[in-house]
Amino acid sequence: MKNMIAIFRKQCKDTLRNKTVLIQFLLFPAITILMAHTVKIPGMPEDFFVNLFATMYIGMAPLTSIAAIISEEKEKNTLRVLVMSNVKPCEYLIGVGGYVWLVCMAGSLVICMAGHYGWKTGLVFMGIMAVGILISLLVGAVIGIGSRTQMMATSITVPVMMVFSFLPMLSLFNGTVGKIARFLYSEQISRMLSQIDSFELTAERISVIGINIFIAALVFMATFRKCDLS
Amino acid sequence: MDQERNVCIRADRLSVRFTDHPILDHLSFEVPEGTVFGLLGPSGAGKTTLIKVLTGQLCQNEGKAEVFGKDTRRLTAEEHRKIGAMLDNYGLYERLSVYENLAFYADIYSIPRRGIPDILKSIGLYEARKTAVSKLSKGMANRLSLARALMGQAKLLFLDEPTSGLDPATTREIHDILLQQRKKGTTVFLTTHNMFEAESICDYVVLLHRGNIIERGRPVDICRKYDHLNKLHITLTDDTELALDNNRTSASAVKEFLEQGRIRSIHSSEPTLETAFIELTGKGLQ
Repeated sequence: MKNMIAIFRKQCKDTLRNKTVLIQFLLFPAITILMAHTVKIPGMPEDFFVNLFATMYIGMAPLTSIAAIISEEKEKNTLRVLVMSNVKPCEYLIGVGGYVWLVCMAGSLVICMAGHYGWKTGLVFMGIMAVGILISLLVGAVIGIGSRTQMMATSITVPVMMVFSFLPMLSLFNGTVGKIARFLYSEQISRMLSQIDSFELTAERISVIGINIFIAALVFMATFRKCDLS
Repeated sequence: MDQERNVCIRADRLSVRFTDHPILDHLSFEVPEGTVFGLLGPSGAGKTTLIKVLTGQLCQNEGKAEVFGKDTRRLTAEEHRKIGAMLDNYGLYERLSVYENLAFYADIYSIPRRGIPDILKSIGLYEARKTAVSKLSKGMANRLSLARALMGQAKLLFLDEPTSGLDPATTREIHDILLQQRKKGTTVFLTTHNMFEAESICDYVVLLHRGNIIERGRPVDICRKYDHLNKLHITLTDDTELALDNNRTSASAVKEFLEQGRIRSIHSSEPTLETAFIELTGKGLQ
């Protein structure tokens, strides 16, 4: 626990000076507020921008930031020193992952506030975001652990992030894309967010998200065993 | 080796292979407690791999590696705490300040942060405590990395080329810190390809070449063993340069030059670890 808290505190200080990661956390909440308050198109769903950017936030921020943080630590040998200092891999991953999850939840809260939801709907919104961020964290951690350098992590992160964050948006305009995207957790989350006032957990949503979590956890464990942290 | 001291590190027929290529080939050696042990070898000799095995980061394919009498693959948290390491790449957080780096590791090692200013003063980085690591010079970053290795009150220090690329003054400062640690009873295991460093601060050295130990012992003993390489370098008044074996057979020639008043300068070149290494492998240490 002590090590996890130390890593969490270190990450707080480090991220404030890491513009690349910081921008990931701040970009979408800021754009959501801006767009929700400035763009009003007749016939457009009330929470269009909130749903759109919340889904993109899930697909981008946790995934890219945790992949960047882990791969940087691997590249610069800081992770090796930590492991040698008897920090267990799970302590490190929980410390860093917990930090990214919390910051992304804070960003989600800002997006939620831009939606002007009531407290019950707001809680549902935050719950959906929490699950989505968790899955993206697993995917990002897989990329971070599997990459030797930050450059390598970025080259893998970009296409993966595009799939998870852009397919739900594209499926709004193209039915065929929608048929494929429905197998992604981000698409299911996008659908839940767009129907948040009449929120219900259908069998399809539970099974797609459950299978996505299972696959992400499986790939995470396989990558962790193969590549290790140091 | 010193039989009266306890053994801090023991390797017994230690082998590491990557695919089928042997990186370390049946190495056996012991490091007594409270000594400075130097592992010398050129790049690619297997020095860093050996440190990885001894610190439990890499598992050997064959043989035994023990630290404090325990298998390196089964070191407990308490034993890990007694080990400090300064690796080839500093492993410091570049965006954090000097103080923040040490404060983070103080939290990890569960030691109070109030001791950090004293540590910083002892390595001459107190004035730079608020400076981001990315803005430090190579020598300062090296000293900070060493301070981090020392701050856990380590009983055993692994240093991977601690003075590589540093200026002579900083190198001297780091040597002084290491010698102070030895006085306190800390065992220092360092890798280097700097023969002067090995000769000046190491109690024992092992020469490593392509994963094999090719020579071992106290630096002075190794040099003495290769005394046949000792030469007399004579520059005559007509600028002729001569290299004669430093033994009786050269005495008459030297006497003759002296009597004729033809010697401008004369000096001997005693064998060094580098000359021993070249004699054994045909290659230099760099």
